[in-house]
Amino acid sequence: MNPFETLRFAVGGLAANKVRSALTMLGVLIGVAAVIILLAVGNGSSQSVKDSIEKLGTNSLTISSGGGFGGGRGASSTSTKPLTVDDARALADPSSAPHVKSVAPEVTTSQTAIYDGTSHTVGQVVGTYPAYFEASNSKVDKGDYFSADDVLNSRKVAVIGSTTATDLFGTVSPVGKKIDIGGTPFTVVGVLATKGGTGFQDPDDTVVAPLPTVQNAFTGFGSISQILVEATSADATTPAQNEITTVLMGTHGLKDPSALDFRVSSQESLLSTQSDTNKTFTVLLGAVAAISLLVGGIGITNIMLVTVTERTREIGIRKAIGAPRGVILGQFLAESTLLSLIGGGLGVVAGLIGSHFRIVGIKPVVIPESVWGAFAVAVAIGLFFGGYPANRAASLRPIEALRHE
Amino acid sequence: MRLGLGRLDALRGRTGAHRRADGPAPEAEEGPWGPPPVIEVRALLKTYGHGDATVRALGGPPDPLTGASPGVDLLVEQGDLIAVMGSSGSGKSTLMNILGCLDVPTSGRYLLDGIDVGGLDEHQLSLVRNRKIGFVFQSFNLVPRTPALAQVELPLAYAGVKSAERRRRALAALELVGLADRVDHRPNELSGGQQQRVAVARALVTAPAMLLADEPTGNLDSHSTEEVLSIVDRLNASGRTVVLITHEDEVARHAKRVVRLVDGQVVSDVRQAPVDGPPPALRDPALFRAAAPQALTGGAL
Ligand SMILES: Nc1ncnc2c1ncn2[C@@H]1O[C@H](COP(=O)(O)OP(=O)(O)O)[C@@H](O)[C@H]1O
Ligand SMILES: [Mg+2]
Repeated sequence: MNPFETLRFAVGGLAANKVRSALTMLGVLIGVAAVIILLAVGNGSSQSVKDSIEKLGTNSLTISSGGGFGGGRGASSTSTKPLTVDDARALADPSSAPHVKSVAPEVTTSQTAIYDGTSHTVGQVVGTYPAYFEASNSKVDKGDYFSADDVLNSRKVAVIGSTTATDLFGTVSPVGKKIDIGGTPFTVVGVLATKGGTGFQDPDDTVVAPLPTVQNAFTGFGSISQILVEATSADATTPAQNEITTVLMGTHGLKDPSALDFRVSSQESLLSTQSDTNKTFTVLLGAVAAISLLVGGIGITNIMLVTVTERTREIGIRKAIGAPRGVILGQFLAESTLLSLIGGGLGVVAGLIGSHFRIVGIKPVVIPESVWGAFAVAVAIGLFFGGYPANRAASLRPIEALRHE
Repeated sequence: MRLGLGRLDALRGRTGAHRRADGPAPEAEEGPWGPPPVIEVRALLKTYGHGDATVRALGGPPDPLTGASPGVDLLVEQGDLIAVMGSSGSGKSTLMNILGCLDVPTSGRYLLDGIDVGGLDEHQLSLVRNRKIGFVFQSFNLVPRTPALAQVELPLAYAGVKSAERRRRALAALELVGLADRVDHRPNELSGGQQQRVAVARALVTAPAMLLADEPTGNLDSHSTEEVLSIVDRLNASGRTVVLITHEDEVARHAKRVVRLVDGQVVSDVRQAPVDGPPPALRDPALFRAAAPQALTGGAL
């Protein structure tokens, strides 16, 4: 018996029960495709988060109120002073913070915008200074930014994100139009370029307006949400961070650098926490996928067991006319390997095709190792789990097999 | 495969002595003690189950004094045509399965062509089943969904014969059983008699030393029975040893020797024709045919 003949016997065996063979292959197919697609989704989401964080700019720092990283330490400070516009002004002083290029205090709120009867809940209404645009890497696509003059005069002007623009205006150009945000009329002066990316908040669903205008209309003139700082260069973020800490300890009257009531985070640190979350996400998806692959493998075992039991008489006949154990073992092994090879191969194809579609807003990015890994695991499962019933069948004495009912 | 067969021959101690040529007629090897028996069975015993539930399928009831069963002794000479008869449950199939190396005896020795089968491992046994024995079952036992030609090629495929040669020999075997025009038919497209003839072709395609048939005509009508038996007669006339089980006198009439089993023991052993020479049916065909009705009516009474 040469390998070609063993293969021919195996194909014959599979063809004898097409529906069952097809269903088994489907099990493997789904397992392999699930591994490839789910891992690609996990990978795609971490990639897009990375991209969108990089889009924010790598030399910007964000100052927010509360304890530093490490948790719980903020509680030890006697009082937590909120961030104010004065803090931002202190940071803008080039003599005390030479590595700071620009400072943009931010207040954020969520409001409903209405234009011509169309209403849209804006994810983020930001009140800030013009420096915000550069520090947050937000570029205007149509129209213009608002100016420092608009801030000084608390003009009711706004730059809107691309999602907000399409939701409110559709194909109409928003520039120069008046929209109503939370009861206050704003004139749209510009539309931001699409940032894209994923995450739980669409970065393009935003309205950016002068700080005093937003404070006046919605948040009041008390504390601000955060301060966005741009360092002079990407290398200057660390000295800038130190300068910011020193200045704010002064304005907040703090002595102990281990008990701060604010925290300064760079995009880099954001990036690492985000990618950690994403890794967990990917691992979870991978586990789900691995389970489905295992279930596919159990399917093969089950089918091989049933096939062998059903064909025990045939095995007896073959042994009676002199089929050696190895040949019978080979035939059944070849059958299960073929099942898993074809099922796995189709699974790879299905997985690669499936990865071309957006899944829950994420563009999957295929991990090449997952393709090889899933395929190899499928084939290994076929060999291993197919081998067990095949071995059982081949070990039967001919008469035992022939008497089998 | 070939190496394995060499090992078998070495086991026997007479390398190649019994490797037969392709042709049906084996050159009888006349040693100082004559040709060795094809089958030599000594004190063969087969029981099923344990304790009180023990069934003695073969070997007879235990001796009241010693508690040991006498067992079955049987010698089958080369070229013989033996019919094993007996009522249902007398152990015929049990004996045949052991002779065909499909089952193993509980105790006793079985020498096939001089080799002690009990000492063979799994792989050697498969070689023995493939090369030395052709087995025909009452229920045909063809591989399902497989056309006649592939069916007959199967033992050759397991023997490692090349595809072209395999085809040639399988076609020749099918020709011999008169099924040259049914090579592409699957078992479910053949009549019982045709299926059994395919099974006979499959059994003899490897040119085995002996043909074992367990009630080969048990499921066939009288016409198909005659067809199969005439093939058996011709095979035996060309030198092949045949052992067949039957409970029909009509079938037993074709045998050179009739062995009767009762309760797993040989109770009678009658020679109807000499080992050498053609089987009764071919000795004087006209007379044999003429005797048939009498054999049916008078012979059985
Ligand atoms: N696998 C088995 N398990 C238990 N008893 C068996 C088995 N095979 C055969 N027997 C018993 O052995 C005896 C002989 O059976 P068998 O050789 O098939 O008889 P027959 O002469 O009809 O072919 C019967 O009594 C039968 O019940
Ligand atoms: Mg029987």
